[in-house]
Amino acid sequence: MSDKPEALPITVRGVTKTYGRVHALDDVSLDVKSGEFLTLLGPSGSGKTTLLMVLAGFTRPDRGSLKFGEDEMIRTAPHLRGVGMVFQNYALFPHMTVAGNVGYPLRLRKMSKAEASGRIDRALELVQLDGYGERSIDQLSGGQKQRVALARSIVFEPRILLMDEPLSALDKKLRDRMQIELRHLHEKLGMTTVYVTHDQREALTMSDRIAVVNHGKIMQLATPQQLYDRPENQFVADFIGDSTFLPVVRDGQGVRYGETTLQMDAAVPDTRTLALMIRPERVRLVDGAPEGMNILNATVTELVYQGESYLLYARLNDGAEIAVRGAIREGTFSNLPRVGDAVKLGLHRADTVIIAGEGA
Amino acid sequence: MTSAHLHAAGLRRDERMERWRLFGLGSPALLLVLVILVIPVGWLFYVSFIGADGNFSLENYERMIARKSYSRIFITTFQVSLLTTALCIVIGYPLAYFMSQLPTKWANLCLITVLLPFWTSLLVRTYAWLVLLQKQGLVNQWAISIGLWDEPLKFVHNMTGTLIGMVHIMLPFLILPVYGAMRSIDRDYMKAASNLGASPRRAFWTVFFPLSTPGLFAGSLMVFVLCLGFFVTPAVLGGGRVIMVSMKIVSNIELFVNWGAASALGVVLLVLTVIILWIASRFLKLEQMTGGGH
Repeated sequence: MSDKPEALPITVRGVTKTYGRVHALDDVSLDVKSGEFLTLLGPSGSGKTTLLMVLAGFTRPDRGSLKFGEDEMIRTAPHLRGVGMVFQNYALFPHMTVAGNVGYPLRLRKMSKAEASGRIDRALELVQLDGYGERSIDQLSGGQKQRVALARSIVFEPRILLMDEPLSALDKKLRDRMQIELRHLHEKLGMTTVYVTHDQREALTMSDRIAVVNHGKIMQLATPQQLYDRPENQFVADFIGDSTFLPVVRDGQGVRYGETTLQMDAAVPDTRTLALMIRPERVRLVDGAPEGMNILNATVTELVYQGESYLLYARLNDGAEIAVRGAIREGTFSNLPRVGDAVKLGLHRADTVIIAGEGA
Repeated sequence: MTSAHLHAAGLRRDERMERWRLFGLGSPALLLVLVILVIPVGWLFYVSFIGADGNFSLENYERMIARKSYSRIFITTFQVSLLTTALCIVIGYPLAYFMSQLPTKWANLCLITVLLPFWTSLLVRTYAWLVLLQKQGLVNQWAISIGLWDEPLKFVHNMTGTLIGMVHIMLPFLILPVYGAMRSIDRDYMKAASNLGASPRRAFWTVFFPLSTPGLFAGSLMVFVLCLGFFVTPAVLGGGRVIMVSMKIVSNIELFVNWGAASALGVVLLVLTVIILWIASRFLKLEQMTGGGH
């Protein structure tokens, strides 16, 4: 692991996989850049795991093309693809020690004992398990197993690394720490990484880019920030973060919500129906009409104390309910309006995002 | 606060009562084991040390060592048992592997067909083989009629017949534990092996096979031990040419009314079986035989 292995770009074109009448993958095309950390994010059954299995070679698609660098791989057997993979349940061989597991790919490659043991040591050191080589697998905690699985998948220096929800079995604290560690490891090793998860926070934390997958299609491929701030459709806006959608209508160049003409920085999509996306933490309680703010009048219906923040629900005049989230500090909670109070909700023009409405 | 208010004594009594109730549930079975196992086996040991004159003697054991026919019987018994076990492995392991790779629905169907013979009487199955394999039997008639061979082949009343019958009857005992062990092997193990660069053959020998060995050991041991004491099939299909210990025990009682000699044979068989199980238990945990996890 002294030198970075040369990373490879992945090119997916027109990959389709049907099970009966269900499209697990529906004409998917995707470019993963060399050395990129790309996450496939979607609900269960969206096809994200199927796509990963196609990359690894465990699922044979009905048609399509898959290239690692310049080489067509779609018909290559899994053991000849040379990609590393971390499985959801780790899939560590229970009849081998930690070193036996990590050394397995090296033994298959007929590496000399001395060189292999050096590599095993370095890989274990990289995942902070130095000295664990002789342990048996069932002596390890979940987090340690996860690290061994990771060490095993990178010890033969694959140029592509695939990960199938590798952190889903860990508890939250450990998961948060491993997210950062995986990210650092990726920066260190630089291999092209495709990561599958259904956890949006995990995806936002770790990825260079995220492909949101649903019904076997890629709904949007963008950086975490673009995805969160400028989702292209209601599914993405809904799946990532909390949001409320208000129906709006086109009014000349601008957009109108009820009688209010909205000020905004972002462009309006070119679709028939439009919706205003409102994220709870981007809405503020305001007095008067500050510069650059769109103001919505509402009545408080619910106020919830959630420790680090409060969550306030307010009903607009047309009956739509909007959530407002704010940090609690300096005793702000006791000064908040109570249920039944009339409030003004402010949405800054930079946070005013119009997306294509449902069914557009 | 005194301990009385903390109900320590009452709670201890509840705990004791619970244990007694649990023991009570097991007591009918324990009684049964005592009556039909412990007492008769003790009796068996006792009788084996009684000579023809009704006094304590070692003559039953001395005869076993002195007479060559006895050692031949033991060798035959082990030979037949080992061969049956080996043939069961050769036939059963690939079948179990095939079944373990099928979708659950089809695997269960296969499992039923494997178990089906269990629900037919052992005697019926053995005589069925006799009918099929004898000189004028279906197999010979058919083979001669389509010209596979000219003279009827001798399939029964010899080692061949004994082995055919015993393998058929023992096969489920091997297949079930092997299949169970294979079914519990996570499919991701094979995927992981393949992903790490192992060809299907390498993945099988380095990952799948080692993980299936507990089931294979358990099944082989079960078949071998059951074979050691087998009677009906070798008696019918061996036609008196394949004499195993169990058959000698029967003839000692029926022909010679020599309970002492028969008991001594029984004791030796029992002790050998226990020794084999003990040795085996040093290599594998016995709970794996009953399917109690890895």
